[in-house]
Amino acid sequence: MKVKSPLEVYNYLPRTNCGECGFDTCMSFAAHVLDRSVSVLDCKPLVEDAQKDAKVKKKLDELLELTAPEIAEVVVGVGDSAVKIGGEEVLHRHELTFFNPTAFFYDVWDTMEDKAIEERCDRLVSYRKFYVGNFLTLDGFAVRCTSGDPKRYREVVKKVASYGKPLILVALDPECMKAALEEIAEQRPLMYAATEGNWKEFLKLALDYKVPVTIRAKDLDMLKSLAVTFKQAGVKDIVLDPVTEPLGEGLKGTFERVIQLRRTAIAGQDKDVAYPIMVTPIAAWLIDGDEVSKAYWEAVIASMFIVKYGDIMIFRSLDQHVVMPTITLRFNIYTDPRTPVQVEPGLKPINDPSPDDPVFITTNFALTYYTVESDLTSGGIKGWLLVLNTEGLGVEVSVAGGQFTASKVKELIEETKIEEKVNHKYLVIPGLAARLQGAIEDETGWNVLVGPMDSGRIKGWLEKNWPPK
Amino acid sequence: MAKKFTLEEFLDLLKKYNVEEIEGVKIEGDLEIEFEGSAIDLSAIAPLYSMLSEFGNFLYHANMALGYLQRLSAALGIPTPFVAQPTAPAPTAPAPEAAPLEEIRIPQEITKAKFELYKEEYPGKIEEVVLGATKADGGSREYTLTLGGQKSLAFYTFDAPQPHLPAIAIDVFDRRPMLAKAVRMHYEDVVDDPAEWAKKCVKKFGADLVTLHLISTDPLLDDTPASEAVKVLEDVLQAVKCPIIVGGSGNKEKDPEVLEKAAEVAEGERIMLASATLDMDWERIANAAKKYGHVVLSWTQMDINNQKTLNRYLLKRVEVPRNSIVMDPTTAALGYGLDYAFTNMERIRISGLKGDTDLNFPISSGTTNAWGAREAWMIDSPIEEDTPWGPRELRGPIWEIITGLTLSLAGVDLFMMMHPIAVAVLKEVFNTLGGKVSGAVADPGEWMFMEV
Repeated sequence: MKVKSPLEVYNYLPRTNCGECGFDTCMSFAAHVLDRSVSVLDCKPLVEDAQKDAKVKKKLDELLELTAPEIAEVVVGVGDSAVKIGGEEVLHRHELTFFNPTAFFYDVWDTMEDKAIEERCDRLVSYRKFYVGNFLTLDGFAVRCTSGDPKRYREVVKKVASYGKPLILVALDPECMKAALEEIAEQRPLMYAATEGNWKEFLKLALDYKVPVTIRAKDLDMLKSLAVTFKQAGVKDIVLDPVTEPLGEGLKGTFERVIQLRRTAIAGQDKDVAYPIMVTPIAAWLIDGDEVSKAYWEAVIASMFIVKYGDIMIFRSLDQHVVMPTITLRFNIYTDPRTPVQVEPGLKPINDPSPDDPVFITTNFALTYYTVESDLTSGGIKGWLLVLNTEGLGVEVSVAGGQFTASKVKELIEETKIEEKVNHKYLVIPGLAARLQGAIEDETGWNVLVGPMDSGRIKGWLEKNWPPK
Repeated sequence: MAKKFTLEEFLDLLKKYNVEEIEGVKIEGDLEIEFEGSAIDLSAIAPLYSMLSEFGNFLYHANMALGYLQRLSAALGIPTPFVAQPTAPAPTAPAPEAAPLEEIRIPQEITKAKFELYKEEYPGKIEEVVLGATKADGGSREYTLTLGGQKSLAFYTFDAPQPHLPAIAIDVFDRRPMLAKAVRMHYEDVVDDPAEWAKKCVKKFGADLVTLHLISTDPLLDDTPASEAVKVLEDVLQAVKCPIIVGGSGNKEKDPEVLEKAAEVAEGERIMLASATLDMDWERIANAAKKYGHVVLSWTQMDINNQKTLNRYLLKRVEVPRNSIVMDPTTAALGYGLDYAFTNMERIRISGLKGDTDLNFPISSGTTNAWGAREAWMIDSPIEEDTPWGPRELRGPIWEIITGLTLSLAGVDLFMMMHPIAVAVLKEVFNTLGGKVSGAVADPGEWMFMEV
């Protein structure tokens, strides 16, 4: 955003410290506008006054412009399933954080059999991967027009839209694109793509139907020229596709174009290219080779640009060896580095345990905790889970780094009064903390059992080791 | 208004102008002042005014300033008189955003615009560290490897050439380690013979170098004496002619002795000792590296400040030469803290490029850690509601590939890996981004129309 100090935002606010926004002072609110945890629109008095008073309205609009993200935000889709892309402020995540995770779209084409389309759509919408307390899911469909027939394309787009996910419409022919927009424009699909060849028709479609549009050009002068042309004509929601080439010098060139685009937009302050970037890992399927090689290369291309500035992607493979690594990487890279991923330390009863059930201990690193907790819960294991404050570090690192120690375990046992809740003194420690076994026994007087290296194996481990002999 | 101003002149003019007009006016509340009949919102001037006083940041803010100036000059009724000053990107004409949207007018021609790319130059350079020594330098290796030497971020060859692409070492152990099934199957025939194992890594799997882990020295395992354990190192040095890395067991008490002995028997070969950490006798390991002309791996637990501290100890207290330090800031697997590892390494690399001479050393990654992720080795998800995970033979290698690829973008120079397919794919990635793979597909847009 253009403003760099809270004072600059403060000057626009009512300065009454009314507290309606949940912060004590307008200055505090202004500071949160700056770190993007709140929006200017969360200042209710300002918004309300702007509705009554044209001068305030002007001020609000100015403030909105001043606090707008460096990279434009574009929304694809409507309602709960809509995805927001772009909105970045920085080139490296440690400088603030990355916003709006890369959106993942998967292709469907209109010359597919209807039944195959349904199977593919079902597969996408039902996809779930448990991670850090939540299920990760996929974002939407990219419907490709391979028939060249506007009627068929419209039909298939309608069918796919009924699954409730946002769509990218992939068609270079304005007639086909128009047919699809007539059907589902109000669901805010993303057009793909305006090019040097069809830009006039696509510009008209973008204005007529008020939908976001992707501009595709390998030459960055042309890409920028088209973006300027569209913007001047009144199109606000633009996505830039500098063309993904899947291998060799082509891929190297793609890497360079994507980085140059983003860096010139943010560091070079070029607003004419400050839009979300489209990358198409699906282009990996143009390379010769077997299915696994193509799928692996698709995951490679996607990962490269999840790390480096890709805001929205079109994929082919729904196989886990592509989806799982990329969806996990996306989560990792877009995790806010400002907030340590920790959970509250303490005692967590699992599945309504009795005094006979085992006592486990793990760390308060969110990933470790949720992994252990979900393994126990979904495995139907009853037990007491002690959560040690390791300052958000995992087991291996905290054992090595001295955040997971026998004396801290003793304190936790005392604080949680676990001795009053169970009728035994057996503590199961993670396999990765095995070397603390003796120290914890000495310090706490409990019997320490070394559990498996991975909590996914606790169930099998308990069958052999619980109750203790 | 025919006279053209430079931007600087214009800023000066406005500065003077504002001072005159604003002086004596308290800026609080919703103040507006009347200026030649038009209302000026003071709050619109305030940020500009404070910015003007931060003139030192002027270049960085040049574009921003232009935006302000355009708005302000319009508000004040001053014709926009400036031409861009040469260092600042040309301001684009303000788009007619105010034009009523109802009147849709499609232009006849594309508005031509030039993409002026932003270039980044860093003052610093990453140290070049050579691993291995040939006959000419008193060793017996057939080739050496050089790490580091960058003046830009990884693979940003459009900023500065990258003199050396990342190298890949494959892990070898002196006793059977715990390995995921998908990894173990590739080494089943050699796991009991480290020399053969090393040969297979180089000849069959294309390793640039080999890491020999002397894990049998662990007092909790075989407790092999150091003098005994290093015989395996001698075997490996005989069996393969690539540069060698030697690791201990991770036992803080035993490792200094083991690595010291390894340094002694490998004198002249310029091996890398893996590794020195803050909570062990790093001095003994670093001294051994210095005495026998080896490289020392400076390993810290994902903490940039500790990395700085340890490097400084090695440099200042032991006086290890600057060309003999490589850092391992710790690798966490994809899904298991990779974000921390990535950002820690990226920060270290950027600090080094910006001129921090405590941190401008090549970076090493224990990428084999990726196999600790359950997604890499478990037969299926333990979570019932999960979509089935698919064949693990396919999940494992890609987990190692994506972990390594991500860290390569943070700046890693040396990868320690295990799965042969992961090694091959990552090499292809490095060669591609390093500009060593020619060719491209004929039509990269063909995917839009393919009917498969």
